[in-house]
Amino acid sequence: MTSAVVTAEIYGERRSLRLAEWQLALPLALAFAALFLAPLLLLVATSFFNDDKITEPGFASWAKFFGDPFNYKVIADTLLLGLKTVCATVIVGYPLALVYMDLSPRLQKVLLFIIIMPMLLSVVVRTFAWIVVLGREGVVNQALLGLGVISEPLRLLQTELGLVISLTQIEMPLMLLPLISVMSRLDPNLRDASAALGASRWRTLFTVIVPLSAPGLVAGCLLVFASSTTAFISQTVIGGVRLIYLPLVIWQQSLVVYHWPLAAVASLSLVVSVLTVIAALSYLGRRSSRHLQG
Amino acid sequence: MQALAPTPQQVAPAGRTLDVDNLTVRYGAAVAVDGVALGIEPGEVVALLGPSGCGKTTLLRVIAGFVRQAGGRVLVDGTAIDHLPANQRNVGIVFQNYALFPHMTVAENVAYGLRARGQRGPSVDQRVERMLEMVQLGAFRARLPRQLSGGQQQRVALARALAVEPSILLLDEPFAALDRNLRLDMQIEVKRLQRQLGLTTILVTHDQDEAMSVADRIAVMNRGKVEQFDTPVAIYDRPKTLFVNGFIGTTNLLPGKIAAVVGDTAMVELGAGATLRLPAPQGIAAGSPVVLSVRPEQLVLSPIATTDSWAIEPGLSLPLGSQLIHEARTVDGAALKIVEPRRHTPTEVPRRFCALATDARPSLFPRSTPTATE
Ligand SMILES: Nc1ncnc2c1ncn2[C@@H]1O[C@H](COP(=O)(O)OP(=O)(O)OP(=O)(O)O)[C@@H](O)[C@H]1O
Ligand SMILES: [Mg+2]
Repeated sequence: MTSAVVTAEIYGERRSLRLAEWQLALPLALAFAALFLAPLLLLVATSFFNDDKITEPGFASWAKFFGDPFNYKVIADTLLLGLKTVCATVIVGYPLALVYMDLSPRLQKVLLFIIIMPMLLSVVVRTFAWIVVLGREGVVNQALLGLGVISEPLRLLQTELGLVISLTQIEMPLMLLPLISVMSRLDPNLRDASAALGASRWRTLFTVIVPLSAPGLVAGCLLVFASSTTAFISQTVIGGVRLIYLPLVIWQQSLVVYHWPLAAVASLSLVVSVLTVIAALSYLGRRSSRHLQG
Repeated sequence: MQALAPTPQQVAPAGRTLDVDNLTVRYGAAVAVDGVALGIEPGEVVALLGPSGCGKTTLLRVIAGFVRQAGGRVLVDGTAIDHLPANQRNVGIVFQNYALFPHMTVAENVAYGLRARGQRGPSVDQRVERMLEMVQLGAFRARLPRQLSGGQQQRVALARALAVEPSILLLDEPFAALDRNLRLDMQIEVKRLQRQLGLTTILVTHDQDEAMSVADRIAVMNRGKVEQFDTPVAIYDRPKTLFVNGFIGTTNLLPGKIAAVVGDTAMVELGAGATLRLPAPQGIAAGSPVVLSVRPEQLVLSPIATTDSWAIEPGLSLPLGSQLIHEARTVDGAALKIVEPRRHTPTEVPRRFCALATDARPSLFPRSTPTATE
């Protein structure tokens, strides 16, 4: 601290400002190192033990996990669940964001509140609400039966369809918030300019609005993907025991079987596979929107 | 399509008439445009001039089809276009902030309207090249808008609007963001293009000098209404209302009252202490309070009193180029500005009297309350 001040006096005010700013980030950096980096390193270390007592170093846990074809299917299912949820949130969320842009400021506030409200409730509460909605005697089945659309109750609980439906609602704020924040920074005259030049609404949407809102769309997709692939509570409560995703495997290995090295391998597989997809998505996003930041 | 080739010797194609008929626009309870009527000739440039918030942009947005009016009609060549959506009106518009598509190059921006009309292939490229040549930006075709200066962006916006051969051109304060020299260049440029293409044009501006120099006619707006729609000279010399009078140019306001009306001559008793014989405005009766408006260059100073002059208290005298601006105050407290050509020898005798110049064209306006003079 003292040396920083002395340097500041020597090098003038700019320098002192920069040092002070750098120091302000120090507590966060330390917390980050202690609470995130250290456990991650511990996790990596744990994965290189062979036995559940963590006594004998080796690669047996990695070999065991990746020697089982079932685990490949679990990884693929997990990533697919994320992609399906991303698709569903885009299909529902993008039009919703467009509607939001057309509303009066007062209605925008109301809609924003409705969008954010689910985030104020615990995931557990939201998930159990979906059980009520999707169950055999739930709202959806009652309505469809009543309308005569179906004669037998649909099985929605413990199916991937039901899980994707509920995750779509649960993750929607993560899609909408970045999307709306990017869209509301768009110059409203661009739409009018496009129309005055003879473009139809669809043409304006696909040649002007979608490319310019791509950064928000990409950010939303990344958040939804990361969040839905790791949504342990929703996955297990709505998906049940028959739909197995990586978070469930981790839970079983660490808290049921107590084989921590295997749990560590499963965790690292989840981290790496999710990060890979995210890196790919954001690379595509950056390429499609490089003209905006570049 | 070929008719738009920018060859100066070419006869300008016949433009369209644009008529705005009793147009009213409301935003909630507020009236933004209030019964505006304008008849614009083919190939004419009309400037919309008025204070901020008087409804100029709103009027343009209705003509372009972005905003629906509460009442009234817009007609092009005598045909109402109100039922048409914006993308079928063929109205070119240049926004104040240009609204170029930030993710498209200059050439893509200019080609946008052609592509939207389903044109493809080399004819599009040719036309884009021609438009870019016209605004002298051929070398910038591959740049993105944010890599251009304000003036260059403005020219791209103009090229983009003109590429689709609009029948009407709307310009919303297109020169506001430019510095003085560039603004003059662009004003000349726009005027030249507009003449060449014979485009019926509305130009919104805050700048009365710009309106005076670019427009064939000026519509002065105030609070959603057109106060006067006339040639620049007529607006300057014969303002119809006190608002127009005050908005265009500088003016001196002298309160007084009508002493008598004889035929079409009114005797005006100024508070400053003179009685003037002036042409009587319509419907003004003896005794009614009036305010006399006269331009600074239409007043003269004199060392001796006459029947038509009034006493003043001279203030500062400032040289401004070839002119001398005198400040003065009348006995009833009104501030005066008098402009005269600068003479070689300054007058030694103090000139304590002021009168109308022989060619002065003062205007008389009724005054609602005796005190509301300035
Ligand atoms: N979208 C809107 N919603 C509500 N009121 C509006 C809207 N747009 C404009 N107004 C109001 O209508 C009036 C006219 O606005 P307009 O933009 O036409 O003014 P202007 O003459 O173009 O002003 P400026 O010279 O500042 O651009 C203003 O009082 C403005 O507050
Ligand atoms: Mg405006």
